[in-house]
Amino acid sequence: MVRYLGFRVLQAVGVLWAAFTVSFAVLYLLPSDPVSIAAGADAGTPVDAAAIEQLQARYGLDQPVAVQYWNALSHAVRGDFGISISTGQQVTDAIAAALPSTLVLAGTALVLALVFGTAVAFLATYTRAGWIRSLLFSLPPLGVAVPTFWVGLILLQFFSFRLKLFPAFGDQGIEHVILPAITLALPTGAVIAQVLATSLQTTWRQPFIEAARAKGASRLRIQTRHALRLSSIPAFTIAGVIVGNLLAGSVVVETVFSRAGIGRLTQMSVMAQDIPVVQGIVVFSATVFVLVNLAVDLLYPLVDPRITHGGSRGGTAAAAEEDPAHGDTLLEVEARV
Amino acid sequence: MTLLEVRDLQVAYGSAREPVVAVDGVDLTVARGEVVAVVGESGSGKSTTAQAIIGLLAGTGRVTGGSVTFDGTRLNDLSERAFERIRGARIGFVPQDPTTSLNPVLRVGDQVAEVLRIHGLADRRTARIETLRILEEAGLDDPALRAKQYPQELSGGQRQRVLIGIALACRPDLVIADEPTSALDVTVQRRILDHLDARIAETGTAVLLITHDLGVAADRADRIVVMKSGRVVETGPAAQVLDDPQHEYTRSLIAAAPSLADAPQRPALRKAAPILTVSNVSKTFRIDRKSALHAVRDVSFEVPRGGTLSLVGESGSGKSTVSRIAIRLETPTSGEVRFDGDDITGLRGHALRALRRRVQIVHQNPYASLDPKLRIRDIVAEPLDAFGIGTRAERAQHVARLLDQVALSTAHLNRKPAELSGGQRQRVAIARALALQPDLLVLDEPVSALDVSVQAQILDLLTALQTELGLSYLFISHDLAVVRQISDTVAVMRAGRVVEYGSTAEIFDNPQREYTQTLLEAIPGKVHHVR
Amino acid sequence: MSDTLILETVPATSPKPDPFSHRTFRIPSVVTWLRRNAVVAVSAVVLLLAVGFALFPSVFASGDPLRGVPAEKLQGPSVAHWFGTDNLGRDVYTRVVHGAGLSLTATLVAVGIALVVGSLVGLLSGALGGVVDAVLMRIVDVLLSIPALLLSLALVTALGFGTMNVAIAVGVSLVANFARVMRSEVLRVRKALYVEAAFACGVRWHTVLRRHVLRNSYAPVTALAAVEFGMAVLAVSSLSFLGFGAVPPTPEWGSLISEGRNYLAAAWWMTTLPGLVIVAVVLSAHRVGHAIEDRSAR
Repeated sequence: MVRYLGFRVLQAVGVLWAAFTVSFAVLYLLPSDPVSIAAGADAGTPVDAAAIEQLQARYGLDQPVAVQYWNALSHAVRGDFGISISTGQQVTDAIAAALPSTLVLAGTALVLALVFGTAVAFLATYTRAGWIRSLLFSLPPLGVAVPTFWVGLILLQFFSFRLKLFPAFGDQGIEHVILPAITLALPTGAVIAQVLATSLQTTWRQPFIEAARAKGASRLRIQTRHALRLSSIPAFTIAGVIVGNLLAGSVVVETVFSRAGIGRLTQMSVMAQDIPVVQGIVVFSATVFVLVNLAVDLLYPLVDPRITHGGSRGGTAAAAEEDPAHGDTLLEVEARV
Repeated sequence: MTLLEVRDLQVAYGSAREPVVAVDGVDLTVARGEVVAVVGESGSGKSTTAQAIIGLLAGTGRVTGGSVTFDGTRLNDLSERAFERIRGARIGFVPQDPTTSLNPVLRVGDQVAEVLRIHGLADRRTARIETLRILEEAGLDDPALRAKQYPQELSGGQRQRVLIGIALACRPDLVIADEPTSALDVTVQRRILDHLDARIAETGTAVLLITHDLGVAADRADRIVVMKSGRVVETGPAAQVLDDPQHEYTRSLIAAAPSLADAPQRPALRKAAPILTVSNVSKTFRIDRKSALHAVRDVSFEVPRGGTLSLVGESGSGKSTVSRIAIRLETPTSGEVRFDGDDITGLRGHALRALRRRVQIVHQNPYASLDPKLRIRDIVAEPLDAFGIGTRAERAQHVARLLDQVALSTAHLNRKPAELSGGQRQRVAIARALALQPDLLVLDEPVSALDVSVQAQILDLLTALQTELGLSYLFISHDLAVVRQISDTVAVMRAGRVVEYGSTAEIFDNPQREYTQTLLEAIPGKVHHVR
Repeated sequence: MSDTLILETVPATSPKPDPFSHRTFRIPSVVTWLRRNAVVAVSAVVLLLAVGFALFPSVFASGDPLRGVPAEKLQGPSVAHWFGTDNLGRDVYTRVVHGAGLSLTATLVAVGIALVVGSLVGLLSGALGGVVDAVLMRIVDVLLSIPALLLSLALVTALGFGTMNVAIAVGVSLVANFARVMRSEVLRVRKALYVEAAFACGVRWHTVLRRHVLRNSYAPVTALAAVEFGMAVLAVSSLSFLGFGAVPPTPEWGSLISEGRNYLAAAWWMTTLPGLVIVAVVLSAHRVGHAIEDRSAR
């Protein structure tokens, strides 16, 4: 067990390193010249050559790529991602300052998404009324198909301007978080509902459900005691993707509702082509993803007894090979985007 | 005293506009304490009838006519809630596949206790005690431990015992058993059916036994009901139906059932060198750093030229692995394989490919061994195409001749596998195997996935082809009754080793080893007696 | 062969379909299939319409998307202006139709990149296995650890703004999905019994690849392409909304909606109606994708 844990942590570190390297490669090796941008070359004003040299030296951009990379990596490992080109602030400080607001938003959105997503999936698979079932099953695809920014604007229009129920802009206080959280919760909740509903449907078709019905169990009993436990496992495994979606969604939601946070920081940094900050955010999101997956891996045996109590008989040759059935269905892929 | 009465039952699936009739006017009765077997092949509607009785029809299934009366109550009018009170408590159900009929994330004890708790026969405390008693009656070792385990930690036979225990827990008047042993190994099958017999003798429960195996019905039932295409074709006391069948279909079923038929006369083997010699072959699979699986241990046998050697064994015996080594789809860890005198153990590349022309394989699963996207004519022509034999016109002719040999009409040439039945697909697989005119055919459980009557046809076809083309067969099967019909020599395998090896007559009439004897005794229907 | 044998010992007519199996014994024609699936048919029409907007905008909207009549500014939907007018008096419907060109072109480029690169990676990974598989899948895992939108934002930061750069960025962010699905399919087919049977017949590996593996793996990838088309529309319009797409006044769906932000209270049609068009296209793409998946599963 300890060896498995150690191996997984090593893997996580590997992914982080790779994310750092990939983002470095993308951001520093592609055409756009960060220094000229910082020096204002885009605006069309003639640029002072000395100023450029100064900037280059300051950001270490005059040195060979390998040295740049090594410097960047050794700093990053110590938590130093450099300085924002636009604000001059330490990248890590900028992210840390923006984090709490996004945490509140994402946390609220997650709770809403879990509650409503689970409710929709539960009802859709429990009810025997055909029209309710059809209606409920049509909700998740709808939730995934609407642009987040559009939903936010609609909600703003309706609840803020028409009905004047919620304030339109601002950060503090719960009334400011409701509309953004609902907007962010919509695609995430739709994904949760979709995965859970499909999983429940599949479980209901299993022979042991028929065996349970043959015992005289009621639908409610089967749904709650037999189906739900087994069906939540696939939803549990995509926790990392869900958290990633929340982070990505915050970019749009915070922009629409003018909230401060990681999302807003991202948007402004991309607009200013502030590469150090963007790289910091990319590595941050990869870290979050990796940590969540690690947590899922550790908790998984508790959730799924098949892992630890997997059967005593020796495997066959087929079992010795990798299980390709862990490949993705359309559903799991949709969850990722 | 009639316990269960089914009158003119009709069941359909599909939409109201295009219903598919699965059961078309079935009458049957079960008296108190009686064991009635419903026998039929796939598509006969026997399982659907059982599901309809307890109101558990899957998908779009619905009862469209007739009545089901249980102990005076009409079942098909009942509300779902009333039905739930009857299921499990007054009618028990033993499902077919023990691997999938227990919830893998709930403990065994909880699943047993559930049936008691649902019907209010026990509260949480007493349920625990009752569960232990039920598990002990089920014949499980260490009930306390088993109750805490999860289904995957039990063997197939143990799980089926648990399922039988659940079915009998509330002391129902009737137990419906839907093919309760089909998914189990042959020796386990016998023990489970014996156990079921013992339990119902204790409790006086009536049993409605659904099975495709006439031999099982012969051994265990008081009365037999034969179904075909949704209708009852014949019914009567077991001994009478078997000794004096009235309906033509019953007669053909009896004739096709290998366990009930006599062994045919095989033509004498030519005196010639064996075509395939396997000597001291072993195969070990590495699972991870610590454990390895010894699938095959020091196995030796010969396939007679122009004759059939059968490898018999239960699951895990290593027979499939050995056959794959013989055809060089796997390499042995040690030992030697000789084909027609040449050592083929270490063949690779060009030489290995050349071997393919002389040895071919027919797989067990006719649904998986044909590419679903190709048409039949392309499937059968593929070996010819691979070796560049003949022009396109010549190949087309050859393919037509091959289909003729396996008794398939050329109308099938342009069809895809999905449009053919299991038996037809297996014929296509055989035609493909014959395309290169091989000397040796490896047949890996070629009829196990087929209905009994289709099975008999394929076996007849194989025998005819052997005589006509001078083929040698390496035949793998778990079914001793089938093996008897087709073999000259038999090798019995267990846990990777050859336990006994000899001519068919020697093995069947005078088995030396205890395991062989157990296998033989487990064949249902060998001695059909009146209960 | 034998002269007495009946050619068909099994009935020539299709046996009764087993209600529990997924095998069909008659492959239905495309027309009957369409008739039974009205929703998918409507979706297909919507998609065709969108493609029509993109390729022949003047056929669907006669006006000039860049010229506005100031006197007619901020008017609600009417017979003259189906989607109303914006703050500069431009007809919103015309702008949506002309915006389709840029938005959908970007989407198609994105899906094209993702499909070609992703399928190639997945095919190599699944077919070759071993070290190649391990290395490629580690790279894919890294790509998957970064949410797609953030990845495309990082790429846009590096590449610069504009419709084409957005298209490339979104495309790269979708590569991982295609790689995973293609690899999973190739692995499944590789282990199929009919592939082993082909090898046992002496068929060479490149023929097996062509005849068996590819033909049986492409269906889920096609279904995925349709679904990803919808996803790409959302991603492209999101990036455009955030200001990284085409420079105004060039119409693009996302930036159109962004322009309407300042007039939320006064002119709901500027944001709502173009958004509905996006929703319609994305929903249709999803429906078509799922229909393809259902069809191939049979």
